Amino acid sequence: MLELRKDIFADERDDNLREVGKPTQRQDMLGHVTATSTFFNDHQLQGMLHLKVLRSPHSHARLRRIDVSEAERHPGVRRVIRGAEVPRNLNTLLSLINFGKDDEPTLAVDKVRYKGEPIVAVVADDERAAYEALQKIHVDYDPLPTVFDVEEALKPGAPVVNETYPRNTFLYHEKYDHQKIRFGDAERGFAEADHILEQRYQMSPIEHAPTEPNGSIAAPDTNGRYVVYTSTQALFFSLDTCAKILDVPSNTLHFIGGTVGGGFGGKVDTVTEPLSILGAMLTGRPVRYMIGREEEMTYCAPRGAERIYIKDGVSRNGRILARKFRCYFDSGAYTRLSSYAVVKCAAHLPGPYTIPNVYADVYCVFTNRVPATAMRGFGVTAVDFAIECQMDKLAHLVGMDPMEFRILNAYRDGDMKAHRREAKNTALIECVQVAAEKAKWRIGEEFKRASSRKDGGGARAAIPPTPVARPMTQPQPSSYDRPAYDRPPEPYRAPPPEPYRQPPPEPFRSPPPPPLPPATTHGATRFSSVFGRRR
Amino acid sequence: MARHRGRGMASINYPIGMNLGGDPSQALVHSNPSGKFTVALSSIDLGQGMKSVTRQICAEALGVPVEDVYVDTADSDTGPHCMGSFASRGTHRVGNAVAAAAKEARAVMMEAAAEELEVNVADLETDGRGNIHVRGAPHRSISTKDVAIAAQFKQGRTISGRGIFLVPLSSVDPETGEMSPATCYAHACLVAEVEVDDETGEVTMVRMDSAYELGRALNPKLVEQQLVGGAWMGVSHALYETPEPYYPDPSHGPRDFVEYLMPGPGDVCPHDIAVLERPAPDGPYGGKGPGEMCANPVLPAVANAIFNAVGVRVDELPITPERVLRAIKAQGGARPQARR
Repeated sequence: MLELRKDIFADERDDNLREVGKPTQRQDMLGHVTATSTFFNDHQLQGMLHLKVLRSPHSHARLRRIDVSEAERHPGVRRVIRGAEVPRNLNTLLSLINFGKDDEPTLAVDKVRYKGEPIVAVVADDERAAYEALQKIHVDYDPLPTVFDVEEALKPGAPVVNETYPRNTFLYHEKYDHQKIRFGDAERGFAEADHILEQRYQMSPIEHAPTEPNGSIAAPDTNGRYVVYTSTQALFFSLDTCAKILDVPSNTLHFIGGTVGGGFGGKVDTVTEPLSILGAMLTGRPVRYMIGREEEMTYCAPRGAERIYIKDGVSRNGRILARKFRCYFDSGAYTRLSSYAVVKCAAHLPGPYTIPNVYADVYCVFTNRVPATAMRGFGVTAVDFAIECQMDKLAHLVGMDPMEFRILNAYRDGDMKAHRREAKNTALIECVQVAAEKAKWRIGEEFKRASSRKDGGGARAAIPPTPVARPMTQPQPSSYDRPAYDRPPEPYRAPPPEPYRQPPPEPFRSPPPPPLPPATTHGATRFSSVFGRRR
Repeated sequence: MARHRGRGMASINYPIGMNLGGDPSQALVHSNPSGKFTVALSSIDLGQGMKSVTRQICAEALGVPVEDVYVDTADSDTGPHCMGSFASRGTHRVGNAVAAAAKEARAVMMEAAAEELEVNVADLETDGRGNIHVRGAPHRSISTKDVAIAAQFKQGRTISGRGIFLVPLSSVDPETGEMSPATCYAHACLVAEVEVDDETGEVTMVRMDSAYELGRALNPKLVEQQLVGGAWMGVSHALYETPEPYYPDPSHGPRDFVEYLMPGPGDVCPHDIAVLERPAPDGPYGGKGPGEMCANPVLPAVANAIFNAVGVRVDELPITPERVLRAIKAQGGARPQARR
């Protein structure tokens, strides 16, 4: 049951709108309930072939020899595709926004880094012939030591999962193996606290499990173009990723999608489109690459695991004085999007509370498991689990009601957040009050009277003196440069022939220096991290 | 051996849009000669209602009935660039782009109407039912259809508009983490009531009460579907799901929905939801986005309710009967906390 509490924040809204705010029936409702909406897999094209991939049975192994000759002779097989035939067989998804290094092949060439990593693709008349041919591919593996625990992976001497990142961690700002938050002096906060609580939290991976699994159908079109029906969550993101991997101008590709059977973050990685298009290029026929449920559940990216350590200092009257936070994102064998989630996690700290001293180190760690990817609440869900369990324990520790403890520490309009931007448009207190009311959970009168719009700012708006290991003398360039979308294609370069060589340096033309963003709407005022004042 | 009831709560906030911004979306809006509008996008409807919410935003901004707007998505040849449907960015980013495109199209429509009615464009208003009339003089009116015909065949105008929405990319300070991650945040607080069987370790959901603040609820039914479904994803995450039950040991993974546990219809409990609307200053009509955050408060609220019921803290997900039972045994039996 859903109730709209129009009485709250009523003075901030004009409720006299005609269409917005109405429970209008969905535009696509009739199609969905009568099974006439068109999903990608409804495009059954004449002469369509089917693509399947051979997946590694090992979590970490050198590929000594791959023999596809018997598979190529299997009846119904139209084409066997090896890594060397992928024009640019190394990519990282966020290279589209210039973040991170190319670290993941479409088809493995020198070694495999997780169980289930694709090595060879087979295109055949039907799925059965493709599966049978996969059985006839002979690969000699030389198994390597594995690492599955994020903290083990960081120890000296741990097996190197991904040679692009030899320390098993993503590299931030060209120098750190983690993203930092430094706000105030956490150690001083702990010294002033009456209670200290340090805890460890562990979230295991979960599946996206959308009704419709990942897949795509690519077909040759007129004038040398290819049409691609896809279940992607991000049409141009997938299109530009394919244009890069296949080394074609982006307008060679015509992507059609938009009606998708659930995603939850699991349809951003663009795992099927490059191969179905390449299959269509090499055979001149439409090619379908659909990932089955077992394959998706076993070998495709889940939400990654996270391990979190939180140390809090709290005064006996219930104010949290300091929060120290260390978190390890288990990215699996490749980066995909976990590097992004780490920064989002850091930005989220210390949760929706005003805490004067915050210290955090957040790591993106490589292990020999299926690469993790985005999922609903990416970078935040596990952190909220940890923070809110911790908040319950802290309330218990100081003998406060957990609702009242939240309201006491809640952020309010005008407060300074740990990432050094002012809190605006906050509403945590009101949510706690209304939830308490609905659940008939008694809270004290002073907490019922609290408001997100009162008692914030002032001293709470200050940036506290912050000890920083290496003082900055000049503004650092952003490591997130402007998106370099749709760069002009470079001529095709053969992939590095020898195994274990570092990928060649970024061959793209460097984009023009980004124009400065207008310092207007979203509080982009710069503060000196050392002196805490405007520059 | 007994079943113990307990209640726990959690409160959260959630950033809207891609962290650090830099994630644009575009929209194109145009009218056909009958005054029916098409919104061209490359954004994805995953089932969350992208087509529907942008359709309502477009109709509102144009001042025409929602039936006169159709959202066409996603085709890379006709739909302009959109970063994608993730990071709770659809309503906020795409909604703003559509509102901007519709505003531009409306301006042309009003100019065409002014020419037909021979009045000043500043004196005109839409009635939201498919007509444009002089403010205060409803009889001096023309239908949007007649305006579209005149614009197309007589005046040679295109009733169309372009829109883009971009939150400029923020840098990140390597030493302090100073950054501008998001322009607005949604909020929630959820109370979970559970029953814990101290003989089996099994946790049963009894009920949930929640308050979600999402900016303006642009379509309350779409909001409801997100909040109800999202909360159950949270319950599932808290108590049932994992492809690696012995993480970090990767063995014993499930292969299908027989082996991968999720709550079934018999496990569903009542969920009473309140929606608060504090409009986002930069949201389309104040909208933020309920997409991702609705699952987040459920996980800790359930864990905290289990503590309230039997006095054990399970700090690893999922909170399986095995983990609950081991924790109860380790503390020498259930220790129910003060009832709330």
